[in-house]
Amino acid sequence: MDIRSQISMVFHLDKCIGCHTCSIACKNVWTDRKGAEYMWWNNVETKPGTGFPTKWEDQEAYRGGWEVADGKLRLKSSGKGNYLKRIFYQPNMPTLEEYYEPWTYDYENLFNAPEGDDQPTARPVSKITGEYMEVESGPNWDDDLGGSPLYARNDPNLKALTEEQQLQLLSIEQLVMFYLPRICNHCLNPSCVASCPSGALYKRGEDGIVLVNQEVCRGWRFCVSACPYKKVFYNWNTGKSEKCILCYPRVETGQAPACFHSCVGRIRYMGVILYDADKIADAGLRPDSELVEAHREMILDPHDPAVIEAAHRAGISDAVVKSAQQSPVYKFVKEWGLALAPHPEYRTFPMLFYVPALAPVTATQTDGLLANDVENLFGAIDDARTPMAYLASLFSAGQEGPVRYAMKKQMAVRLWRRALTVGDIEVDVARRALREANCSPEEAEEIYKMTSLPTFEDRFVIPPSHREQAIEVLKNPLENKGLAGIGFREAPERGL
Amino acid sequence: MANGFLNTFLFVGLPYMALAIAIAVGILRFRSRPFSYSSLSSQFLENEQLFWGSNLFHWGLGWVLGGHLVGLLIPRTVLWWNANPLRLFVLESTALIGALLALFGVSALMVRRFYNKRVVAVTTPMDRILLTLLLIQILTGIDTALRYRWGSSWYASAAVPYLRSLLLFAPRPEFIVSLPWGPKLHMVSGFLVILAIPFTRLVHFLVVPIWYLWRKPQVVIWNRRTGARS
Repeated sequence: MDIRSQISMVFHLDKCIGCHTCSIACKNVWTDRKGAEYMWWNNVETKPGTGFPTKWEDQEAYRGGWEVADGKLRLKSSGKGNYLKRIFYQPNMPTLEEYYEPWTYDYENLFNAPEGDDQPTARPVSKITGEYMEVESGPNWDDDLGGSPLYARNDPNLKALTEEQQLQLLSIEQLVMFYLPRICNHCLNPSCVASCPSGALYKRGEDGIVLVNQEVCRGWRFCVSACPYKKVFYNWNTGKSEKCILCYPRVETGQAPACFHSCVGRIRYMGVILYDADKIADAGLRPDSELVEAHREMILDPHDPAVIEAAHRAGISDAVVKSAQQSPVYKFVKEWGLALAPHPEYRTFPMLFYVPALAPVTATQTDGLLANDVENLFGAIDDARTPMAYLASLFSAGQEGPVRYAMKKQMAVRLWRRALTVGDIEVDVARRALREANCSPEEAEEIYKMTSLPTFEDRFVIPPSHREQAIEVLKNPLENKGLAGIGFREAPERGL
Repeated sequence: MANGFLNTFLFVGLPYMALAIAIAVGILRFRSRPFSYSSLSSQFLENEQLFWGSNLFHWGLGWVLGGHLVGLLIPRTVLWWNANPLRLFVLESTALIGALLALFGVSALMVRRFYNKRVVAVTTPMDRILLTLLLIQILTGIDTALRYRWGSSWYASAAVPYLRSLLLFAPRPEFIVSLPWGPKLHMVSGFLVILAIPFTRLVHFLVVPIWYLWRKPQVVIWNRRTGARS
């Protein structure tokens, strides 16, 4: 057993209101720079939709993630044998067109335009060339199903649906959508790291955060192609790749990352989990139908004395084990089985999990209220506007079982709380619903509390990272006394 | 006399200066500003012309440069090979094809870099100088290949002994001073390209990541434990 700790995340999609506050918080802190204007380390997509960059889920085009070939796990984009062939030109890399050309407006014209018959306008100006441009796409171009015939219809997940289901999903009075906020998943088996020939990308041993060493990156761009979630971005100005750093300077000081901290809907949870790194290789080879299970099997029970003992031997501190025991992520993913990783079939084992959205599912009921049909408590889930196959394509490699389990449990908790607080459902009926959803009343209360009433400390259980000790390994603090910080500081100018 | 001084400067002074500066500044730059070592790819901004430009340039040049290295290592074999006119023709023409591919590639790259507005936005003066130098280098090489049908034998019998004498620190420019100006210009511009390495994006070829072939897929860095683990 090779036990490691990993900072992990849960996004509760039922609570996401699509306000983009997370994106703006991140943008203002990290990517408001030349060369990074187009990057959204955090973005919020409308589903169904093509996302950012356009159709990122279409791995036939982008060749991201891993695939099993001849009983071995290998990068879908390139193997070691042929990587030099792709170094001069990346055939599957998204370019600016798949994101958008960043722009500002010629505001000065509003003040300086000569007197004339027409109102002066502020024309868009490219942030790259500085010239006037026509805006053809931008961040969240298909927000809230805007331009749906163009965007929603091209969602790669729709391939999982029948023709009839597709038509139903997109017909005018049946339209349904939900939001999918995305950041780097800080995967257990990151394909970006494995693809980087320079070895610039790495996973931090202590907390599993995936970073790009800017001094080692040489701009070969393999990572941009290899990340199936398209969360490594190429800075066109510096000639280096960049990605979400999970606000590690904040996490190291016990603060939640900017996108987590600012989340208005309080959908985001962060906690540490303990996992067995020896299981990654085998889990990656499992068939699609077993991937959700294989992913969960890697996560270890932090209350198990044997695990605690192994963690100690692996040098994981008591404080980290303690915070793993309180981790909301462990509860959502492992104890309750409510949260699922996006596209497990990419086999990177994302450590960002989503609780699938229940709201648009129940909204199919024409009667208005929730269906409290005593005989068929969960009918609403399968009659849903969002076909189960769609959610399964997104969260469980096409297997409807895990998604249905999560939906049923959420629905049962709702029925239970409704029985307790509104009273128009018999408590016995609610109990039966819980039983059918494999949930005890105690667990239902816990889920209810963690979903509806969690405090800041409940949502973000951030372990101490002891960076003060880490710095002593790298630099002698006494020698560096009086200096303003430790690390490399250089203007992000383009090299020669 | 003046000619002799020029020859000494171009074929003894320049190569040593270029090599010394390339090594010293290259190391200095790598140690003090590793951030500046990058291929500075602009594929993100322009994809279609780059496909032809970059692929043809790199593969064509790799082919020709590889041939030069082979000649440097085994000049006698090259002369033996060339003893037969048909074989000479085969060698010269395959080399020429490589050079023409590289010429097409570098031309495409130059058009792209000078006229595509997005690429112009990320072009530095050194990029322009480097591309011009490379164009001169490829053109003078093609000139030699076209005008002198035994160019490869010249290379093996005159240029290689001269280059070897340089590498052994016993420079003997007399091997090549009597060559026509075309091949000589090719050598001088070659030295200028070497000189340009540490001052341009050319540094990226010094850090071509061949170590990747032996590396484990995953890189994990620990504060306490050292070394990479898979």
